[in-house]
Amino acid sequence: MFAHALNAYLQVQVPGVAERRITDIFKPMGTPGYAEREAALFTIGVTAVIFVVVAGLIVYTVWRFRRRPSDDSAQEPPQVYGSNQIEAAWTIIPILIVFVLIGVSARVIAGVENASPPPKALKVRLIGHQWWWEVQYPDYGIVTANEIHVPATPDGQRATYLELTSVDVIHSFWIPELAGKTDLIPNRVNYAWIDPRVPGVYVGNCAEYCGTQHAQMLLRVIADTPENFKTWTEQQQRPAENDPQVSDARNVFGSLACVNCHDIRGTPSVGKFGPDLTHLMSRRTLAAGVLVNDTKNLRAWVDDPQKAKPGCLMPSMKLNDQQLEQVVSYLQSLK
Amino acid sequence: MASIDYPLEHPKAEALTPEFSFSESLYKWVATVDHKRLGLMYVVSALVFLVIAGIMASVIRMQLAFPLNHVVGPDTFNRLFTMHGTTMVFLVGMPMVAGFSVYLIPLMIGTRDMAFPRLNAFGFWIFLLGGCLLYFSYIGGGGLSGDGSAPDVGWFAYAPLTEKAFSRGAATDYWALGVLLSGVGSIVTALNVIATTFCMRCPGMTLSRMPMFVWVMLIDAWLVLVALPPLSAAQIMLELDRHLGANFFDTQAGGSAVLWQHLFWIFGHPEVYILIFPAFAILSEVIPVFSRKPLFGRPAMVGAVTAIGFISLGVWAHHMFAIGMTSWSNTFFAASSMLVGVPTGIKIFNWTATMYGGKLRMQTPLLFCIAFLLQFLVAGLTGIMLAVAPFDWQLHDSYFVVAHFHFTLVGGLVFGLFAGMYYWFPKVSGKMLDEKLGKWHFWLFCIGFNMTFLTLHFAGFLGMPRRIYTYYPGRGWDAINLIASLGVIPQAAGILCFVWNIIRSSLRGIPAGDDPWDAWTLEWATTSPPPEYNFEKLPVVRSSRPLWDLKHPQDPDWKYE
Repeated sequence: MFAHALNAYLQVQVPGVAERRITDIFKPMGTPGYAEREAALFTIGVTAVIFVVVAGLIVYTVWRFRRRPSDDSAQEPPQVYGSNQIEAAWTIIPILIVFVLIGVSARVIAGVENASPPPKALKVRLIGHQWWWEVQYPDYGIVTANEIHVPATPDGQRATYLELTSVDVIHSFWIPELAGKTDLIPNRVNYAWIDPRVPGVYVGNCAEYCGTQHAQMLLRVIADTPENFKTWTEQQQRPAENDPQVSDARNVFGSLACVNCHDIRGTPSVGKFGPDLTHLMSRRTLAAGVLVNDTKNLRAWVDDPQKAKPGCLMPSMKLNDQQLEQVVSYLQSLK
Repeated sequence: MASIDYPLEHPKAEALTPEFSFSESLYKWVATVDHKRLGLMYVVSALVFLVIAGIMASVIRMQLAFPLNHVVGPDTFNRLFTMHGTTMVFLVGMPMVAGFSVYLIPLMIGTRDMAFPRLNAFGFWIFLLGGCLLYFSYIGGGGLSGDGSAPDVGWFAYAPLTEKAFSRGAATDYWALGVLLSGVGSIVTALNVIATTFCMRCPGMTLSRMPMFVWVMLIDAWLVLVALPPLSAAQIMLELDRHLGANFFDTQAGGSAVLWQHLFWIFGHPEVYILIFPAFAILSEVIPVFSRKPLFGRPAMVGAVTAIGFISLGVWAHHMFAIGMTSWSNTFFAASSMLVGVPTGIKIFNWTATMYGGKLRMQTPLLFCIAFLLQFLVAGLTGIMLAVAPFDWQLHDSYFVVAHFHFTLVGGLVFGLFAGMYYWFPKVSGKMLDEKLGKWHFWLFCIGFNMTFLTLHFAGFLGMPRRIYTYYPGRGWDAINLIASLGVIPQAAGILCFVWNIIRSSLRGIPAGDDPWDAWTLEWATTSPPPEYNFEKLPVVRSSRPLWDLKHPQDPDWKYE
């Protein structure tokens, strides 16, 4: 419904830098965000006019009718009790304005909520956990975390449709540049859709208070070119890398409690409480998007997650230096 | 008209007041059923809670002043915003509603006390018990398992975060039971207000001659009576879930998280109007007196406040635009929410029209009213933005919402309450508040408030969610948060001026006399402070401005009504 206007608008936008960290809701890169911006700008325009008129009246009244020292304080001003015509005017005009705004809202609500998926739409299941995101691609058999890879879709024909739910408390999906919020509610499935028009990394926070580490529950949508997206899916579909150079390290990992919570496909590690680690090193960040995924951070994170993210549900395993070294080297082999 | 004692001939107040020992006067306060003492205790306890909640807000702003700041940790921060919100709504806003109502309504309708004086006392003490119970959670919230301290579930306590699985210890129980008890206080006070205004008005005071303040507080009481029980019910259901194995909101056992939201906001949205109505009531008294004109369009004002009361019962799901309702439901609640803007607009226009053509006395009460008008206008217009559901999908649960409701409840309610306190303090204490300190209070608080909350709208535009204890640099939020945090300093200084003003003026303020503002309602026809029996003889009135009639016998209001 907004496709044409959006295309015209995108022509003047500079295509995305590597990671767009300023998440301005007025610079959308997808249809739902753009439709919401249209409604927003219209509403802001209307309310700005109302503000100028009414605030102007108030300020004028206060200035014009303030008591001056020269006034006779015993003399009361004329007592005016009201006027039905004036009351009627400032009842009817606001009602008319409200009806215009209702119409605009209804149009955009229906346009965003009732859009039917195009035939080539990608289906993604996003599951909220305290305090990370599980991402499943049912059509591809892929499970990953905290980063949703989707194809960028310049013509909007490969939009991504998201099924949202949660395993514990309520979370909320919000990528300001792509779409407004839809909640992830346990025992209920919600739907949202995004169609990033240009490749790039779009950042968002969990937008419903969900407990201790609500602040550090970041989500990234990584819009790849169609070729890169294809490469990414093929790589993610493979079982975990089995690098013979780290077989000792793999055994150490397998002997630790890590396996109770983390799944590494193709190994005995099949836990489901924590993020899937099969292709950990293909992710840009750790700990739900709060740490850059490099050796130093990975090591610090495995050593004591409570330092970077106090209150998170991953405990420090109290590894000695040698175990820590081995676990990190094994994790780093999971390309 | 001779039956109003104005100007009142009365014996010296000192002669009537025998000396009491400390324990005797303490007993007099604890055991009182006098509506004025109870009203005063409500307002003073609300002010104490206001200072506590203000200190919590300052710590919150200190933590958020810089990215990755380390003033408090995540758990402490979550408790701070939960307790700040719960305190402001249930332990500051609600007792202010009750306090202003029970102090002023009997005086304004010319009677000697509330309809049920003992119920009035019960309401106050049960509210205070609820408040103390909530704060006792800092000590007792650990419960048997030793987990937790004060509640950390947010003031609207969304399920299933409040269920045993995610909220161990007793913190959430203190939240539910403390708020439940203070809610009982609000409900009985509402009943009392309704009975008083219906049954106790002085001779001649028909409903159409009732002061606007009393009208608004009457509608407010009805709204409390209708809106609070769903919250109480939900809190009882939550306790059943937590302790008796019910599964209303326990999603892991098939319960519904959305059910809690419906029950909470069926209370929660009318609650916003319950809280802002006292400010409407105060403005409707202060603006006419300081403009020297009657309230413009009185019938329209009564109609508007009634309309707001009714419409506000049908807008609750605009807090839930993001839960995945159908497009029809979203459209319905967007429409009903915008419609509230119409009667609210009528009120702002009528107040402005009251000032138009008047002779405005620029004293502290009126300054707070004028700031109210401008700030409440902003709050109303940002409210329209939030009612546009697609815009709300972006703004919901962001700092824009935080800025919006602080404009409503601080820029609106708190400014209105300050206007009311400067206006009625002379009646309550018999002393004038210092005008110079009052102006310092006004300007410091006004500047600080706008520094903090105007800027926070923009954090919401830039995607900053609310209730995060920290954030990373580089997202464009740093400068906004720093300015917002610096705004705390003038606000705190303003509050200090106010507290100092109250203490100093109570001790050695200028004596106020019966009617320092040359006002028109009945409370100014008795002494300041009023005697226990309020009026020696019950007054008889013939218009909505009985003292105007007395002061202008050649041109009384009743000729036009």
